[in-house]
Amino acid sequence: MNIDLYGFGPALAAGALMTVKLALSALCLGLVLGLLGALAKTSPYKPLQWLGGTYSTLVRGVPELLWVLLIYFGTVSLMNRLGELLNIPDLELNAFAAGVIALGLCFGAYATEVFRGAILAIPKGHREAGIALGMSKARIFSRLILPQMWRIALPGLGNLFMILMKDTALVSVIGLEEIMRHSQIAVTVTKQPFTFYMVAAFIYLGLTILAMIGMHFMEKRAARGFARATS
Amino acid sequence: MNWEVIIKWLPRLAQGATLTLELVAIAVLAGLILAIPLGIARSSRHWYVRALPYGYIFFFRGTPLLVQLFLVYYGLAQFDAIRTSSLWPYLRDPFWCTVITMTLHTAAYIAEILRGALQAIPRGEIEAARALGMSRAKALFYIMLPRAARIGLPAYSNEVILMLKASALASTVTLLELTGMARTIIARTYLPVEIFFAAGLFYLLISFLMVRAFKLLERWLRVDACQGR
Repeated sequence: MNIDLYGFGPALAAGALMTVKLALSALCLGLVLGLLGALAKTSPYKPLQWLGGTYSTLVRGVPELLWVLLIYFGTVSLMNRLGELLNIPDLELNAFAAGVIALGLCFGAYATEVFRGAILAIPKGHREAGIALGMSKARIFSRLILPQMWRIALPGLGNLFMILMKDTALVSVIGLEEIMRHSQIAVTVTKQPFTFYMVAAFIYLGLTILAMIGMHFMEKRAARGFARATS
Repeated sequence: MNWEVIIKWLPRLAQGATLTLELVAIAVLAGLILAIPLGIARSSRHWYVRALPYGYIFFFRGTPLLVQLFLVYYGLAQFDAIRTSSLWPYLRDPFWCTVITMTLHTAAYIAEILRGALQAIPRGEIEAARALGMSRAKALFYIMLPRAARIGLPAYSNEVILMLKASALASTVTLLELTGMARTIIARTYLPVEIFFAAGLFYLLISFLMVRAFKLLERWLRVDACQGR
């Protein structure tokens, strides 16, 4: 089977690269937000618990598309005011930044729950052992809790990353030139919607397969030293 | 925050919310019906029965809903055979295209939930049914499916909420559901923050009510009574 792309192949490849960039940037932001959210939710302070809980409930209850639109169109006046303050006229959030913030926010809200589950899954004795050894709180977290959390949270985070990668298609709505946007442009020129959207679908499938393979190796590495229970 | 504007446009947003609810309700019910044979076939012991649902589920879970929606709404028009067929009045309509896409999409996810639930049934229960002389089909319909329904219900409620949020994509194919309505109103009022905020509140309210409804359903089906063995 030979598909004629009418010379749009390089554009689609550039779009795929943009999608990957967007997904990875949002992943970084989301991981930080998720970790902070989980720490807030498991902290002994009530206001922090409330803050973490509100963040994850609020963001998870509203569609991702709405977040993308809200952050792109809703921050215009805010950025204008900020621009006046900093003496930079025409300061605005570009589509990429808005996409990273919106998708990172959504990823972070789900990751909060994954990380929280992982924190709770670590036996209490490990923390107590750290205290008994005279480790500081920060040190207990970075040396004992975090490395173990990673192994437990990885499968959940992998699922979330697949969802994130598919959600990057939403950012085409605000005009970022990723796979979907390039396909749309190709469709308006060639009038072959099925061909190009199908090609886009297969690019996403390929990216998903790549992510799955990557996750497999990361999970294997994270689980080294742990015998998997055989049923 | 301009509250008067929000209150002024609330009826229109509510109108959009009803279309959202309609889309989600049709999609998750039709998706469930479609998912039952898919899920059963997916958990089959024979690879040739498993292969087709596996490919279907892999495609629909591996690609964004937006791509699928565009494939159905814009893509099908590429073929003359479809444009001249008797189904064209439906396949031209954004409402039916969205419903079809969402149904196919959610069916893949629900089938996977069903497979997980079928495989989570304790072996002993199936063996007990077979030992009582039930045929395979009988054991499937009277023992395994009712049991799987209870195991899979929490995951199904998650899927319904996810579909509620996914229905926002319908606004990209000109449907005036909650998000589409919000975008139309914003085009007129230039107040994105207020209107998107109000639309977000609607989504939160709907998902809150859905969570409550599923809690009631779980109690009615006595899901927790099945968990303790």
